[in-house]
Amino acid sequence: MSSATAHEAHHEEHPSGIMRWITTTNHKDIGTLYLWFAFIMLFIGGAMALVIRAELFQPGLQFVDPQFFNSMTTMHALIMIFGAVMPAFTGLANWLIPMMIGAPDMALPRMNNWSFWILPFAFAILLSTLFMEGGAPAGGWTLYPPLTLQTGHALPFMILSIHMMGLSSIMGAINIVATILNMRAPGMTLMKMPLFVWTWLITGYLLIAVMPVLAGAVTMLLTDKFFGTSFFNAAGGGDPVMFQHIFWFFGHPEVYILILPSFGVISSIVPTFARKPLFGYSSMVYATASIAFLSFIVWAHHMFTVGMPLSGELFFMFATMLIAVPTGVKVFNWVATMWKGALTFETPMLFALGFIIMFTIGGFSGLMLAIAPADFQYHDSYFVVAHFHYVLVPGSVFAIIAAVYYWLPKWTGHMYNERLGKIHFWLSTIFVNLTFFPMHFVGLAGMPRRIPDYALQFADYNALSSIGAFGFGFSQLLFLYIVLQTVRGGAKAGDRVWEGADGLEWTLPSPPPYHSFTTPPAVR
Amino acid sequence: MAQAQTQGYYVPHGSHWPIVGSVALFTLMIGFANLLNGASVGATLMALGAALLIVMLFGWFGTVIRESLSGMYNEQVDRSFRWGMFWFIFSEVMFFGAFFGALFYVRFFALPWLSGEGHGILTNHELWQGWQAIWPVAANGPEAIGGKYEIIDPWGVPALNTLILLSSGVTVTWAHWGLKEGKRSHLIWGLVATVALGVLFLILQLKEYMHGIHELNLTLSSGIYGSLFYMLTGFHGMHVTLGVTMLTVILIRAIKGHFRPDNHFAFEAVAWYWHFVDVVWLGLFIFVYWL
Repeated sequence: MSSATAHEAHHEEHPSGIMRWITTTNHKDIGTLYLWFAFIMLFIGGAMALVIRAELFQPGLQFVDPQFFNSMTTMHALIMIFGAVMPAFTGLANWLIPMMIGAPDMALPRMNNWSFWILPFAFAILLSTLFMEGGAPAGGWTLYPPLTLQTGHALPFMILSIHMMGLSSIMGAINIVATILNMRAPGMTLMKMPLFVWTWLITGYLLIAVMPVLAGAVTMLLTDKFFGTSFFNAAGGGDPVMFQHIFWFFGHPEVYILILPSFGVISSIVPTFARKPLFGYSSMVYATASIAFLSFIVWAHHMFTVGMPLSGELFFMFATMLIAVPTGVKVFNWVATMWKGALTFETPMLFALGFIIMFTIGGFSGLMLAIAPADFQYHDSYFVVAHFHYVLVPGSVFAIIAAVYYWLPKWTGHMYNERLGKIHFWLSTIFVNLTFFPMHFVGLAGMPRRIPDYALQFADYNALSSIGAFGFGFSQLLFLYIVLQTVRGGAKAGDRVWEGADGLEWTLPSPPPYHSFTTPPAVR
Repeated sequence: MAQAQTQGYYVPHGSHWPIVGSVALFTLMIGFANLLNGASVGATLMALGAALLIVMLFGWFGTVIRESLSGMYNEQVDRSFRWGMFWFIFSEVMFFGAFFGALFYVRFFALPWLSGEGHGILTNHELWQGWQAIWPVAANGPEAIGGKYEIIDPWGVPALNTLILLSSGVTVTWAHWGLKEGKRSHLIWGLVATVALGVLFLILQLKEYMHGIHELNLTLSSGIYGSLFYMLTGFHGMHVTLGVTMLTVILIRAIKGHFRPDNHFAFEAVAWYWHFVDVVWLGLFIFVYWL
């Protein structure tokens, strides 16, 4: 017995230095790795956005040539989607889900490590395409053939890096779903799970369902280019539009993969600072499931102008508008949660409120785009750019920032600087609107996306957007400073951190022990 | 051993296999991309990456098998593995779904439109006047990419292969019965038969490919028909190869006496996978070869 204990004690020592992080199977370590990786990618993708905005500050060609400009839009999207937002949410899932459901760790800890450690290699390959003959991919992140097939040496590198990202996402999602289904503490029934866990369960399902479809689509691109197949070549009986169908069958659920975990985050934060339980818990669960179901039958609203039969246009238009119903349920529930609550406005709550208002703006512009005849006008214009940036930046990214402020005291044991947090919120909110709101106007006036030059009439609004973008980008350096400051020290955070907070993670000390719940907690 | 004090749920402490796997994948992918771009280092890098990947798989699964044999996994760990395998197979189903989706889209939309049906009337009139798509014999497009070809007769080798795969589904279940009743020779011979049928399937499939390529002029570049035919059956064949490999591992483990009547998830996981491969083949036989 004593020798066995000694043996275990020996193994309990964690390797120090870099090897700790490379070999770790701990959900908190891996969560931290995911979050820092996402942060780095946010700045790399953000720098690319600033190249775009610098070029668009004035009409005419200033800084970059058009090919490089298009590489920037393509790479910015791929990096922000697969490198920043998705890993950030996976990082949050890793940190929080075991603590929220009362588990010691994730269900499959070694695979958890692999899901993360594929990512740096995948993005090393993707970023290396910037230095290749023919330049980085410039055909847009949607990779439509035949344009994308004109990419130079970068093409196979980009496609294989997407395969690696997909592998990482699928393994990460399988792990999260298995954790939620199998690792809940006794008494933690499905309908008692925090909404963050629920939204991630459904997100995980979406990821497992659609990442393989993307893998199939890009594999067909690869074989069309290098092995003589005719999937997207009409002369050989294929159809370039077929790529768009397969891609968006992945792409639309992907959009919800990027937003559903934010719904979970907001549903955790709003009740805490309203000091009231979440209004309509079960309707939130059903709304999330409905959104996930609908996400599979709306994909062609991304391709209204491609030439579909009328029945297709109508079906996808009405199915798309249906999504407004469950999404509306969510927004109303958040508002009803706040109704007559004892509200306070700490930084996480500010970001959550910003999310609710600005995500709803993005939702409304989405409804406008869902109307097929109207979309014929808006398609591929800056209106679309405004729409999806409203749901992704003050939507997903604000939710991630809110989550970091909300749980950072739990993770580090230190309170962040509230004053700086508030400044960060106001700078971000003002600049994000300055960046993206004018895009609605230039888009409706006819400015096309993915073009480095534009007509003089769009000059003023573009200048404003560029100022906003630089302001927003540099505001995030303040966020980096606040996070670093909190990690290094600060006022001691209590176990519960927020007086209105509810959930198992707040019953653990701050910072929590290495293995979250070594014995399953009792769940009421 | 390397286990946290967590009331039974096994949480391993640290593993270097994932990073080995990442380096292997990285090398393999860089190698493949270089090969496609015509760089000479490509093949070497690919071989290195593949070798490292195999080392990783041996090491990783070896660790898991050793841990399993020493009784570190309780029922809850077993359930995690079950969920993991279930969702992995679901992701594979969706991967094939993309290619089956392409098949149906081409047959029901793309080819009729190219022939001038519905809103494709102008395409047909302006670009390929009078061209008619006839599935499957003239499905290589208006420009007949790859030239004239014939299709493989479904009622020859493909029907035989269907029979072989279906029988292998029976033999693997038969082996499972043996395992559950604790009859080792029953288990081992059932697995031997399954592996043999799998290998026979692959040999026949390869012969059929040779026949198609050399005698029927049906190649990967025979327009959309050839693309779909070879990509669908090719990916299926790769999955059968993987399945046979896994079955062989299970056979070796069965001979070594690794499985108990009440605890043999590795066997079940591979059996699930084998049934999945079987069902995909049925879809292929019906929609690619037959109809």
